[in-house]
Amino acid sequence: MRYPFPVGAADFIQGDEAISRAAILAGCRFFAGYPITPASEIFEAMSLYMPLVDGVSIQMEDEIASLAAVIGASWAGAKSMTATSGPGFSLMMENLGYAIMTETPLVLVNVQRSGPSTGQPTLAAQGDIMQAIWGTHGDHSVIVLTPATVQEAFDMTIKAFNLAEKYRTPVILLTDAEVGHMRERVYAPNPDELELVYRKLPANEEESKYPFGDVHGDLVPPMPIFGKGHRTYVTGLTHDERGRPKTVESEIHEKLIKRIVEKIEKNKKDIIDYNVYELEDAEIAIVSFGIVARSAMRAVKELRKRGIKAGLLKLNVLWPFDFDLIESIAKKVEKIYVAEMNLGQLYHMVKEGSNGKAPVELISKIGGEIHTPQEIIERIEDDLR
Amino acid sequence: MYLKSSYEIRDKYLRKDMLPTIFCPGCGIGAVLQYTLRAIDDLGLNQDEIVWVSGIGCSSRVPGYVNFDGLHTTHGRALAFATGIKMANPNLKVIAFMGDGDAAAIGGNHLIHAIRRNLDITVILINNFTYGMTGGQVAPTTPKGLRGTTAPYGSFENPFDIAELAVAAGANYVARWSVFNYIQGINSIKKALQKKGFTLVEFLSQCPISFGRRNRLKTGTELIKWYQQITVPISKAKNMTPEELEGKVVIGEFVDRDRPSLVEEYEAYKKRAKKMMGWEE
Repeated sequence: MRYPFPVGAADFIQGDEAISRAAILAGCRFFAGYPITPASEIFEAMSLYMPLVDGVSIQMEDEIASLAAVIGASWAGAKSMTATSGPGFSLMMENLGYAIMTETPLVLVNVQRSGPSTGQPTLAAQGDIMQAIWGTHGDHSVIVLTPATVQEAFDMTIKAFNLAEKYRTPVILLTDAEVGHMRERVYAPNPDELELVYRKLPANEEESKYPFGDVHGDLVPPMPIFGKGHRTYVTGLTHDERGRPKTVESEIHEKLIKRIVEKIEKNKKDIIDYNVYELEDAEIAIVSFGIVARSAMRAVKELRKRGIKAGLLKLNVLWPFDFDLIESIAKKVEKIYVAEMNLGQLYHMVKEGSNGKAPVELISKIGGEIHTPQEIIERIEDDLR
Repeated sequence: MYLKSSYEIRDKYLRKDMLPTIFCPGCGIGAVLQYTLRAIDDLGLNQDEIVWVSGIGCSSRVPGYVNFDGLHTTHGRALAFATGIKMANPNLKVIAFMGDGDAAAIGGNHLIHAIRRNLDITVILINNFTYGMTGGQVAPTTPKGLRGTTAPYGSFENPFDIAELAVAAGANYVARWSVFNYIQGINSIKKALQKKGFTLVEFLSQCPISFGRRNRLKTGTELIKWYQQITVPISKAKNMTPEELEGKVVIGEFVDRDRPSLVEEYEAYKKRAKKMMGWEE
C-alpha cells in the first residue's frame, strides 16, 4: 500500500494534518465534511489523500449531512470520520445521538473554537466539553479524547478509531484551534508497526440475527455490514436485540440504553488515559487537559523551583470520567485547581470527583488566548499568600 | 405475462414478525410498497445487494417491513445517509422510501443536493399532501387552500412541485403517478432501478385519516377519485393553459436522461488524482 505522506519517519506538520494522516493509517476510507474554521485543514488534507488511497472524501451540504453520510458509510463497512468545529458540532448532535443509539463506529473530530454561536472562529477555546459529553438528548455515553500536542493528535486519532471499532460507538476527538493549527514534529509509524482494531463481525448466521444483542457477554454486539446477506434493520427508535422497533416496552428501552451506557462505563479502565507529573508528594494539584495542560506543566515546574509542592494531572480522556482518580488525588492534596479555557466545565466534574476531600478552584480563561504559565503561577501564589 | 399474486410478493419480501404495519385503513403506502417489490421481483434483483433507507414518518417505516438491509434514520436525512452507503460501497443498490414532509421540508436541502450530485439511488416518494404520522399538519406539498391542523383555515402557502424540482436540480429520471396508475408506476420504478444517477418516482398517495377527513375526503376511495379528477397526463398538460392547469397535478414521465452519475464521476476523479500525482500514467 502506497501512502501519500511519509511513514516510518518524522515530519513537521499541523495538528489538523496529523489527524488526517493518522486517520488514513488507521484505515479510515470515508470522510464527509463541511468546511469550518479551524477544522477545514483536516478536510483539505483528506481531500488530497483519499482519492489516492481509494477512499472517499466528499463535501456535503452541511454538518448534519456530513455525519449522516459517515454513519451510512460505516454501515456499508468503511471506517469513517468527519471533522468540524463548535457551530458544526452543535448541528451534528442529532445524528451523534443516532450513531450512539445504533452503535455505529465512527470518529468525530471537534477542533473547538469559542461560542456560543459563531464565536471566535480563528482562536482556541475549550468550551465544548459538556456538549461533547452530554450534547445529544436522552441517556447515553460516549468516548471523548483530548490531545495536547500534535503528536498526541496523531496518536489519539488512531486510538479513537480503535476504540470506536472495539466498542462499536462514536468517538469524539476534542481538540482546539491551537493544537489544530500548531506545527510540531510528528513521528508517523510504519503501518505494520500499528495495532489496529476492526469491528467484530457476526461469526455465524445466528449471531447476525442479533445485531443489537449482547451475544458475547461483553456488551458489544457483533456488527453486521450491509450487502452481506444479513438483512439487518437499523433504527434510531428504541429496538430489541434483533433491531425491531419496540417503542412502548419500558423494559426493552431500559435494557438497551443501560447496555449502551455500560459497554463504555464498565470498560473505563481500558479507555481512560492520563499523565501525572510531580503528583507523588504534591500539596497542590492542577487538573488540566489539551493545550492548557502544557502551560500548567510549565507552571508546575516553576512552582516547584519556588518551593511550592505542585503537581499536574493531565487528562487525555474526558469521558468516561475517572471520578475515583480525582477523589484519590483530593485525599492527598490541600487544594485542586482546574485550569481550562472556559468558564468552568471540567471544573464541575472535578468538584464532583473530589467529593469534598479537597477544595476545588477554577482557573478560567476565555477570549481565545491560552493561559500563560505565569497566570497559573500567580493565581496559585496569590491564594497561598 | 404471469402476474404474481400479492400473497407471493408478501411471502417473498416482507418480514412477517413485523406485521401488522402501522398504516391506517385506506392508506396508500402499502400499494406503493407492493409496486416497488413487484418491480424488484420482475427485474430479478438480488435482495442482498439492495439497501432501503428512510427518514421519519409513516412511509419511512417501510424499510422495517421488508426483508432487506435497511437504515431507518433521522427526520429528513435519509439521502445524506444514503450518500455514505452508496459511496462507501457502490455495489449496493440504494432505495430511499420517503414522505413529502420528510423529503421536501426538513430534508429539502439534502434532496436538492443529492440530485445535484446525481447520487446513484432511487427515491420512492409518497406524497399525501400532509404530515400523516404527527396528525395532519400542513406539508410543503399541501395544495393552497386545503386544510391541516396547523392551517385550520386552509393553507396560505405555495406548495412545492417535487417532480419539477427534481428535474430542475438535475435528476436522471423523474416520474409522478397516482396510486391508481399501478402499471405505469411499476414500470417507472423498474426504469428507475435500472438507471445510474438519481432517479425519483413520486406517488400521490391517499391519507384519509389525517388529510382526507379535514378536507371532505373521508375515505381512501374518495381520495383516489379526487386524484383522478385533479391529475392530468403530461402529454395533455403540454397543450393546456396555465389557467386550465390551476389546481391540477401533472402526472407522467418528466425526464429520462443519462447524465454522468456521482459514482462514475468519483471513479474518474480518483483516476485523475493518481495521474496528477504521477502515481499512474
